[in-house]
Amino acid sequence: MRPRPHQVLEVKIETADVTTIVVAPIDAEPPLVARAGQFNMLWMFGIGEVPISVSRIRRDGALVHTIRAVGVVTSALAGLDAGGVVGVRGPFGTGWDVDSAAGRDLVVVGGGIGLAPLRPVVEHVLANRGDYGRVSVLVGARTPKDIVFGEDIDQWQHSDLGVDVQVTVDVAGAEWPGHVGVVTDLIASAHFEPARTIAFVCGPEAMMRFATRALQELAVPLERIRLSAERNMQCAIAQCGHCQLGDVFVCRDGPVLAAARLLPLLAVRGR
Amino acid sequence: MTFGPCCDVAWGIHRDVTLSDGALLIDRRGLETLFQALGSQGYTVIAPTVRDGAIVYDEVDGIEELPAGVTDIQQPGSYRLSTRDDGALFGYAVGPHSWKKYLFRSEAVVFRARLDAERGFVPSEAGEPAATRYAFVGVRACEVAAIEVQDRVFLEGSHRERDYESRRDGAFVIAVQCGEPGGTCFCVSMHTGPRAESGFDLALTELVDAQLHEFVVEVGSARGGAIMASVPSRPAQSRDLGAARAVSDRAASRMGRTMESDGLPQRLAELLEHPQWDDVASRCLSCTNCTLVCPTCFCSSVEDTTDLTGTEAIRTRRWDSCFTLDHSYIHGGSVRASTRDQYRQWLTHKLSTWVDQFGTSGCVGCGRCITWCPVGIDLTAEVAALLAPAD
Repeated sequence: MRPRPHQVLEVKIETADVTTIVVAPIDAEPPLVARAGQFNMLWMFGIGEVPISVSRIRRDGALVHTIRAVGVVTSALAGLDAGGVVGVRGPFGTGWDVDSAAGRDLVVVGGGIGLAPLRPVVEHVLANRGDYGRVSVLVGARTPKDIVFGEDIDQWQHSDLGVDVQVTVDVAGAEWPGHVGVVTDLIASAHFEPARTIAFVCGPEAMMRFATRALQELAVPLERIRLSAERNMQCAIAQCGHCQLGDVFVCRDGPVLAAARLLPLLAVRGR
Repeated sequence: MTFGPCCDVAWGIHRDVTLSDGALLIDRRGLETLFQALGSQGYTVIAPTVRDGAIVYDEVDGIEELPAGVTDIQQPGSYRLSTRDDGALFGYAVGPHSWKKYLFRSEAVVFRARLDAERGFVPSEAGEPAATRYAFVGVRACEVAAIEVQDRVFLEGSHRERDYESRRDGAFVIAVQCGEPGGTCFCVSMHTGPRAESGFDLALTELVDAQLHEFVVEVGSARGGAIMASVPSRPAQSRDLGAARAVSDRAASRMGRTMESDGLPQRLAELLEHPQWDDVASRCLSCTNCTLVCPTCFCSSVEDTTDLTGTEAIRTRRWDSCFTLDHSYIHGGSVRASTRDQYRQWLTHKLSTWVDQFGTSGCVGCGRCITWCPVGIDLTAEVAALLAPAD
């Protein structure tokens, strides 16, 4: 499993610690094609490799990845300039299966960098708006400065396609005109018909647990709530053992898993 | 002529193979000739040999390097060599090594890549086949089972592990039917032994007493049969087969340990918050010995490095263990941060979730994790404590 060399076409600084890179293959092989919710292994030459979900689906074969710089490899990736080189293996794992939400109300809940794998979902829905019922996009961040994809969120809010977009932050100064509180607060005030709703949630584990509980309290069936799990991944092909969570290999069986499957596994602390 | 039913309860084997009149009989010189035949066919012969006070697996030049007249005494946290007066070549159980070290190497280069001005970097061609073809001599039934467990991990998923595959495909397996189980053995409980019924090219049963020293040879493959054509042998007689059968029966009756395995995967899945995990965590050192001696443990980590010029990158894969903090590290900390979490992961993976993942238990009952635990933690005792009715 060798990475394929890709060249950085664009770099966009999203926040102080979040950067989006757009990369395209240097070789002449067909481009890698990922679905919303899947991830690639991004390799910095001689430094290391990390799993990063795709944050936009492009038709030109370029891959879009949004990276939060938290370690050596992610910091190196975030430090890339246009023209830089990154290795890519993938795509891996399960996707959100956004088509399965057609005809239903859709609730998208993204916490922090957890919005990255969900942006392709929102963009798909906007491009195919007639296929979906009510659509709510609920975004949470630590502070206003940590909101990723601010321009996209602004665009979604001001589109005339009828998408309910709500943003909340954990902490804000007086200059923040919006909601302050956890993202799960927004679920109660969102407009959707629970019985016909499908929900995609990505964020910290605690946030996903609380979001699932809030959705369930509104009678969204557990089997129609999907979450995205995070675990240590090295091989991405279910051979290195690191990503195991109970019987699940998160790299292969996830990262997107039905809440009914994932929550019982997360309920056991330290598993 | 066949001996007994194929599914003898004591053997716990469900495959329709019997110790039959296709078997051959060779003596020590025949075994020497077999070693030579393997060598002349290009195999590197790996066999048990004594080194540093233990019986390990290493390259040997002939049968004189086998542990003749040596046996081992194994207990939780204890391994000692001793002598036996019958001169047996295979009169011991398994030691700290397993065949895993030749098939799934403890360290291997995954790929190299060279910086390239036009192409970014150029990775090396993957999957250079292993240059060495191994003949493994003295593979016990539990070890045949362990190899088959790792086959499922590395060859039967969506991606075949090329280095493992090339080594596995080339390997010539000569099993030895156990006559001397160790104090920590429990293959009968795990239904993996003591007799290997398949998964070998040849299987030897050592018959040794004051008068004779011979080996009943069962042929398990065409290439096994072909190599025996060059080894002086005679058809095994019914008394030889009976003696061989008695060796296995006796071994089955002398297991050092037992473990209740019926319904174990489901039962353990219900016991994730059992206080026994805290109890074992108070003894466990998280030293990783159990995972490194285990013949089925397959976790590995990769490390990326460069040469001094920074123009060549090398990815190296090494055995890892679920007892390390790094194993489950994600940004913010390790998922399994305590010894309790780590031991629970190891034991429940081995005996429970492994079955969900691969359709087989991850434990073959070889007892290595018990013997080589520096504080003598015995997983059969831990399982018994977990399953014991609450007070």
